[in-house]
Amino acid sequence: MTTPALRDLVIRHPGQLGKQPFLEVVDLKVHFPTDDGLVKSVDGLSFALDRGRTLGIVGESGSGKSVTSLAVMGLHTRPSSERTRPGAQLSGEIYLDGDELLSKTPEYVRSLRGKRMAMIFQDPLSAMNPYHTVGQQIIEAYRIHNPVNKKVARKHAIDMLGRVGIPEPSRRIESYPHQFSGGMRQRAMIAMSLSCDPDLLIADEPTTALDVTVQAQILDLIRDLQSEFNSSVVLITHDLGVVAELADDVLVMYAGRAMEYGSAEQLFNRPAHPYTWGLLGSIPRFDRVGAERLLAIKGTPPFHPRCGYAARNGGLSEDVRPELAPVEPGHTVACHLSPTEREQIWEHEIAPKL
Amino acid sequence: MTSPRHKPVAPTPDQDSDLIIVEGLVKHFPIRGGLLRRQVGAVQAVDGVNFAVKRGETFSIVGESGCGKSTTARLLTRLLEPTAGKVTLEGRDITHLKDSQLRPLRRDMQMIFQDPYSSLNPRHTVGKIVGAPYRIQGVSPEGGVKKAVQDLLAAVGLNPEHYNRYPHEFSGGQRQRIGIARTLALKPRLIVADEPVSALDVSIQAQILNLLEDLQEDFALTYVIIAHDLSVVRYVSDRVAVMYLGKIVELADAEALYGGPMHPYTVALMSAVPVPDTRRRQERERILLTGDVPSPISPPPACRFHTRCWKAQEICRTQEPPLVELLPRHRVACHFPENYPDEAVRESATEASTGEDYR
Repeated sequence: MTTPALRDLVIRHPGQLGKQPFLEVVDLKVHFPTDDGLVKSVDGLSFALDRGRTLGIVGESGSGKSVTSLAVMGLHTRPSSERTRPGAQLSGEIYLDGDELLSKTPEYVRSLRGKRMAMIFQDPLSAMNPYHTVGQQIIEAYRIHNPVNKKVARKHAIDMLGRVGIPEPSRRIESYPHQFSGGMRQRAMIAMSLSCDPDLLIADEPTTALDVTVQAQILDLIRDLQSEFNSSVVLITHDLGVVAELADDVLVMYAGRAMEYGSAEQLFNRPAHPYTWGLLGSIPRFDRVGAERLLAIKGTPPFHPRCGYAARNGGLSEDVRPELAPVEPGHTVACHLSPTEREQIWEHEIAPKL
Repeated sequence: MTSPRHKPVAPTPDQDSDLIIVEGLVKHFPIRGGLLRRQVGAVQAVDGVNFAVKRGETFSIVGESGCGKSTTARLLTRLLEPTAGKVTLEGRDITHLKDSQLRPLRRDMQMIFQDPYSSLNPRHTVGKIVGAPYRIQGVSPEGGVKKAVQDLLAAVGLNPEHYNRYPHEFSGGQRQRIGIARTLALKPRLIVADEPVSALDVSIQAQILNLLEDLQEDFALTYVIIAHDLSVVRYVSDRVAVMYLGKIVELADAEALYGGPMHPYTVALMSAVPVPDTRRRQERERILLTGDVPSPISPPPACRFHTRCWKAQEICRTQEPPLVELLPRHRVACHFPENYPDEAVRESATEASTGEDYR
């Protein structure tokens, strides 16, 4: 992943070649030293995202999706002598509009948060301060980045609350987070994240805690606001349905590494990695008459013991970690199976059962 | 868990009879306030629910948070006492039984809980957790408790040698299996599962759903499954009830319900489910409900869905639609159902009577 040419091949899409993408993550590693050894939460992850596009990162709990987003936002505790707890060890490069973030000071990265990049957290109740009203929290974020007086900021906050669909925003701005329902709280947090029109929005499981009807409202909202501000969105979720709904590109993560990376159309119609097959096979389909049986993925990480096809490589899967390699333009996969083998398995064994 | 294609074997003489019947079930939680702690209102969690669950079937209740589905589950298993109405288990009225009278009944009905982290005692070994039902009920299984527990662990796909381990040594999916093993200990007839897979990762979800299906066949179980995930419900259920604000708005066979939902709420709910298929992104028509579910403390009068329904008319605000069988085995509580064959007829009839091109 060192030569620019190889990097281009693996992490950029045909349309992105030669251009600087808006967000580019190159060989990101986030390791946590613990008493039980080094936890490699993210271990060599690369991806790129253009303006106005949405990248979906899917994976199960512990696959490193949230750790990745916290790294981009610069929210990991860095190692320092004053702390008793060792922080995260980060390496690699993160470019936001050409600006490398990992080498910058925490103060500089903080100045970017809010305006350049913002995050929607999964749990709004713990992400908002219970002692301050919703309005105060939005106004504070807005005034840090915009030299306006309180009155203007307050009007802006009311506007934002109205935009995300909170009824009677001029009254609800005085409410505390606990006075909102789950869906309203999530919308208030989205209003807060969007109050400074961020160029990059990272949404970490934005709808996981919500009911489907509210989820549909929130997804629509993110889509509308994205097209209005031409922001880039990183959508982190375990729900393949949400990804298919919203994402342009999809990155499948497993145990801190990318297993497959391509456009949503490629990933859902021509998935190439056995793990992606497993994910697609293990979800009950809402839109089809019940299959006889779900194709469950057996066991727990790492992947080769769980993979039904690992035996075909003469022990290669046990000893060598596969690197991401292109299967078609803009579609890469980390798997030892040969392209012909893979195509055959997909067409004859997997696709008919989905 | 089984579709009509492969019903569990071992036909009993009364296979088609109802295992549990619920009539007019009501649960209001009082809200007390003021100096004297007088009752100032009530959360109308469940408000007049009727259904019957047949032996060997999987009956699911779906709905959004706060619709009363979990309360219904707890009323069925009598973890809560109903405010009104009647619950009949195998012909016996269990609505107002005392704890001591209920205990023997617990052998027949067991519950699987949502959160595998809080439903297992962290200070007990797996052996003690799964063996607890024997101890509490005073049952001595053949071959001893230890052997019975190890058999159960094997039945749910766990290593019987893990008998002496503690819950924290297991992953979420494995813990859910421990909880399932515990419910199976006394060979119950009815298992009420409250969101059995919603806390699990998708790949683990599939393992647990497959396990529940196998167990239903092996142990001749009847399931009542409470869930909010419509995809999971379609996969597991024979019949499905949709709840909204404490009432059942639609009840039908799973395929009929998913093939042609009739209540506008069901239609909206289903249109909101994201489908993992990029080709369908464009062609799908979404019905977006506005606002939130009203408070169950003061639910809207008459049809409870009328505040968010795009088809609501004056009659919906004044007259409550009863849950009636509009199609065979398909009950709906709505004045203006969707996907109803007569609807076209009725509309064209009204059009004809008011339109000008009446010939």
